[in-house]
Amino acid sequence: MIHATDVFKVFQQHRGDAIVLWVGSSGRKWQEFSTNEKRDLNIRGAMGHTSSAALGIALSLPNEKIVIFDAEGALLMNLGILATIADKQPRNFYHFLLDNECYATTGGQPVPNAKNINYAGMARAAGYAAAYQFDDLESLTRQMGEILSQKGPVFVAIKVVPLIENEPMARRKRPPTRSRAETIQALQEELGLA
Amino acid sequence: MAEQQAAILKPETLVEEFKKNGVTHVVTVPGSETNYLYELMRAQPWLDIIPAASEAQTFAIAFGLMIGKKVPICLIQNTGMLESGNSIRSHVLDSGWPFVFFVGYKGWTRHGATPESVARYTEPFLNAFGITYYLVEHDADGPRISLAFEEARAKNRPVAVLIGDEYHGFNR
Repeated sequence: MIHATDVFKVFQQHRGDAIVLWVGSSGRKWQEFSTNEKRDLNIRGAMGHTSSAALGIALSLPNEKIVIFDAEGALLMNLGILATIADKQPRNFYHFLLDNECYATTGGQPVPNAKNINYAGMARAAGYAAAYQFDDLESLTRQMGEILSQKGPVFVAIKVVPLIENEPMARRKRPPTRSRAETIQALQEELGLA
Repeated sequence: MAEQQAAILKPETLVEEFKKNGVTHVVTVPGSETNYLYELMRAQPWLDIIPAASEAQTFAIAFGLMIGKKVPICLIQNTGMLESGNSIRSHVLDSGWPFVFFVGYKGWTRHGATPESVARYTEPFLNAFGITYYLVEHDADGPRISLAFEEARAKNRPVAVLIGDEYHGFNR
């Protein structure tokens, strides 16, 4: 398993101008590493649908690279999105899955069949152009550049260390973040769409 | 009989309304009898069709398209709309953007007795979300689609169009 923070350190070196979305307790860490927040979208998607929104963004902005850091709990709620994405074959779509094998936000309960699912295999079978899986940082570091330079849709499943939260919601400390509307507005201004 | 035929809601009428209102993308899960409409939409070079695996997906994909300043609609059936409540909330109500979605009114009979429960819950569902809607049953109702777009643009809100001609208009 890899620490999500290490995934983001590696990705940041290859990000370029990519528009980045994230979900989940691991994905939230991206905000500590991003150096271009105008191209970060905090969608707060409903029950697994950040990937669906990311597809819409990819189709509406075909000249922009779209990267989503999805979570396996979210993907399981919206598994059909793999087929929907594969059907449209967005060449600018990079679907990372941070798989911590559990619902970390609710205390770490395991997702169904947590240790035996082959998410990359599912994406490949659904029709993604390429699919990878990693559970060691060295291999991920070695291949990140190649992954982001090929045509999408690309799927990258990464086993990550869970960041389990057990504090009641009201007591959890969250760094101040921009609202969804603020991140969308900033992106649209950055792209000249506002 | 001829008058009855003329009253039927034509798929061409819907497509004309889409074009008139600048629609760029149709995100859809097919309803019971929408195949002819589907083929007609696919034949339009100005229109992109996005087949989705679930109705909840359609609203989230449309939301993403709107971030990129496109003009999508969703075309689904009322059964799927009931499945999509949280996605509707998050993606088209909370966004505060003009948006029109089309809902096949499965089970709508217009005759008072409505044996299919999905039809009985369709309008209460929309009312619960505070989403206004226009009923389109016949070809002469086509202009109501433009009214829906006008209302959505004026209020920056989602508006639904209920297609109450499930068994005639979309299949030939």
